Amino acid sequence: MKKKLVLIGNGMAGVNCIEQILKLDPNRYDITIFGSEPHPNYNRIMLSSVLAGDADINDIVINSWDWYRENNIMLHAGHTVNNIDTKRKIVSTESGIKAPYDEVIIATGSLPFMLPLPGADKEGVIAFRDIKDCETMMETAKTYKKAVVIGGGLLGLEAARGLLNLNMEVSVVHSNKILMNRQMDETGGMMLQKELQQQGMKFLLGKQTEKILGKGRVTGLRFTDGTEETADLVVMAIGIKPNMAMAKKSGIEVNRGILVNDFMETSIPNVYSVGECVEHRGISYGLVAPLYEQGAVLAKKLAGLETDGYTGSVVSTKLKVSGVDVFSAGQYWDEADTRAVRVQDEFGGVYKKVVIRDGKVVGAVLFGDISDGARLFSMIRSGEDVTGKEKEILLGSGGSAPSNHDLIASMSDDEIVCGCNGVSKADVVNAINEKGCTSVNDIKACTKASASCGGCKPLVADVLTYVLGADGVKTVKEGICGCTTLSRDEVVAGIREMKLTTSKEVMNVMGWNNPEGCSKCRPALNYYLGMVWPEEHEDERESRFVNERNHANIQKDGTYSVVPRIYGGVTTPQDLKKIADVAVKYEVPLVKITGGQRIDLLGVKKEDLPSMWTDLDMPSGYAYGKTLRTVKTCVGSTFCRFGTQDSMAMGIEMEKRFERLSTPAKFKMAVSGCPRNCAEATIKDLGVVAIDGGWEIHVGGNGGTKVRVTDLLVKVKTEEEVLEWTGAYMQYYRETGKYNERTAEWLERVGLDTIKAALEKKEDRLALVERIELALSLTQDPWKEIAETDKLRTTFEQMPVPAMK
Amino acid sequence: MKQIKIGHISEIESMRSRVITIEDTEIALFKLSTGEIKAIENKCPHKGGKLSEGILCDHHVFCPLHDWKINLNDGLVQEPDEGCVVSFRVEADSESGDLYLYMEDKAYKAS
Repeated sequence: MKKKLVLIGNGMAGVNCIEQILKLDPNRYDITIFGSEPHPNYNRIMLSSVLAGDADINDIVINSWDWYRENNIMLHAGHTVNNIDTKRKIVSTESGIKAPYDEVIIATGSLPFMLPLPGADKEGVIAFRDIKDCETMMETAKTYKKAVVIGGGLLGLEAARGLLNLNMEVSVVHSNKILMNRQMDETGGMMLQKELQQQGMKFLLGKQTEKILGKGRVTGLRFTDGTEETADLVVMAIGIKPNMAMAKKSGIEVNRGILVNDFMETSIPNVYSVGECVEHRGISYGLVAPLYEQGAVLAKKLAGLETDGYTGSVVSTKLKVSGVDVFSAGQYWDEADTRAVRVQDEFGGVYKKVVIRDGKVVGAVLFGDISDGARLFSMIRSGEDVTGKEKEILLGSGGSAPSNHDLIASMSDDEIVCGCNGVSKADVVNAINEKGCTSVNDIKACTKASASCGGCKPLVADVLTYVLGADGVKTVKEGICGCTTLSRDEVVAGIREMKLTTSKEVMNVMGWNNPEGCSKCRPALNYYLGMVWPEEHEDERESRFVNERNHANIQKDGTYSVVPRIYGGVTTPQDLKKIADVAVKYEVPLVKITGGQRIDLLGVKKEDLPSMWTDLDMPSGYAYGKTLRTVKTCVGSTFCRFGTQDSMAMGIEMEKRFERLSTPAKFKMAVSGCPRNCAEATIKDLGVVAIDGGWEIHVGGNGGTKVRVTDLLVKVKTEEEVLEWTGAYMQYYRETGKYNERTAEWLERVGLDTIKAALEKKEDRLALVERIELALSLTQDPWKEIAETDKLRTTFEQMPVPAMK
Repeated sequence: MKQIKIGHISEIESMRSRVITIEDTEIALFKLSTGEIKAIENKCPHKGGKLSEGILCDHHVFCPLHDWKINLNDGLVQEPDEGCVVSFRVEADSESGDLYLYMEDKAYKAS
């Protein structure tokens, strides 16, 4: 019969230990896990990302419900263990569950340290520790405005940043004069404070909270110096303390934490403990890497393997606040017997300090540029002698400084490379040797190392170089996707030269790894084929991304949005009425005016799309496609007293001429009637600005994630010239752009001069225009086509299931 | 295990999908380039994306929302993501072309 192993605490440290046991000896134990929270094991470190809005709660789950099931683990989530009967070897919960054990691991983690202030029990006073706290903050931010975070350490600042992201006003109260004073010296702390103030955080430093004010709900804080601060929400984030009450009650020896020896054994046989609840050689750790190291030792012990035991960890921390890079490790403060190398650049916002004692690096602080972090951390851990080379550590050298190679060599196999995901050096090395990983990205895909905060990327790269050698890390030629090593230009050249007209041919002839490609290359190939062979290539609907296949934008709930064409943003009462009638008839939940001067009907069911299009009887606005979206216009000379040209007529003409055409990425245009530029033409893929007696054509702009202002392509005199240059420019982009590459990136890649040279001669422009016109002549309105073709229309309907017998 | 007649093989185009609903469960049917039919629950384990709208490549489908790759033979999410979608056995009658789906009597519910 298998032995029974019970884990108390369903968190990162305990579950990681179980994972390691399963790797070492999967059939040794029947495993039961108890956890107080009603969630599977999640990455507590990433809670700040949840608050920051970069991840949602599902994204930070490490072990899904399925994982427990697949490994035959009995999980009691939402049940708190309140006693271990160490004589009869039974664990029991508040809810009355009893589980016998042969071996039991206590991994109850820690509790937030709540200051015992008068008023601390008021509504709106919380900690920052678990998913529930995050949810409270998000909920509070909806109705309240002002938050105060008590604690200017790592946890407090991450909480404060999260609250700023939730649009709250945030003040941070800190008893010390220096922020993060447990990781930073004064200089670093000051630079950090300055940076965070610029992000909108307010600081009340050197203040002690005396009392929390308010009746039912908190309204403010009073400090010992008599001053007050208003608050709708108070987050206490001053620290954590080992959660050991249950262990203590069960007769296990505790001090500040549950006492364990180097083999994670407590004072009672068969009872072990790992994680934040533990006190080992006088230290309780609150960071993940040491906990994984403890777990690794215990896993070996419980799997019956030899282990040297756990001897303690040197820790490093990294602040997870976007735009602020902070790294700290070891002894960062100065003492009588230490000396330091410092680099400080107040213009670049960079500060680096390395603390040295007896020729060895014992600590480091980095602010602004933390690229040396991994290297310094390894030096601290290896304890090598750097006498005579102190300055080279930070300032670089002719090569006599300890190389990364030596540092990686000195790391033990189970040393953690990626703290967020618990990936050890051995895991990375195995991924390289056994799974053929040759780049940081490969390793990320294989092991998840560097997939969370990304702080360990340089270290992963060093391991890669260490294993494969500098020459071994070939800069792997990146193909258009994982199915091929061929570049965009090679693929397009192949399509032209071998006259390939279907994706299947391309993939066969050019030796694709996956017989039918992937979601990246299939749409790309379909585009390239259509661009090169507009007449011969038949559009492959099965290779189109959902929006282009269904000619509507899919929304997160699986409904669609419908945007009819409104040329140049100019409409009529009749069309508006028609749109309104359709919206009423199909009970459209939301009608919105878009940024592109048209109307979006949101929340439409897929099966309603074809009949809605029929009722609308308007062309598709292509608001979903890699194609011309809209041409935004201002009123222009027709009505505007400043207008120099008829921008509306110009915009309508351009939209009618170039609609429906596939382009590498979406293509937005605008026409402004005078240099006041009300149509915002200078952040479009192509923008036309009227000037006295002519037009300017601006290109390569983008108003999206990365704003880019256009470059002036040319000034022309007539409307015909505007259309000629526009057609030639679009076609040149179609023929040379990479799939999914917006004109802003494309222009920077190929260079404005190259584009100008390609369009300079009239005959070249006319040749391009001829080709674009051929492609345009082959397009037809997709809504009409689908609505009128039964075969296409049925793909929008569910398949009727015959009645069951 | 019960056998449900769900339609005819010709109702699904090659390398495309159709959706059926059985006992409140939405099921996506895919016709592979080989002509085989595969069936999985029409719900990505990540954010509930409609897998029927994904791009089909051999026996894998890519979720349209965040590009998770799912094996249609067993419903398993491919690395580096993790998870599983409920998959169903579908057979086409070789003579009539009628499609039959096999389902546990009590529909399996993922927790």
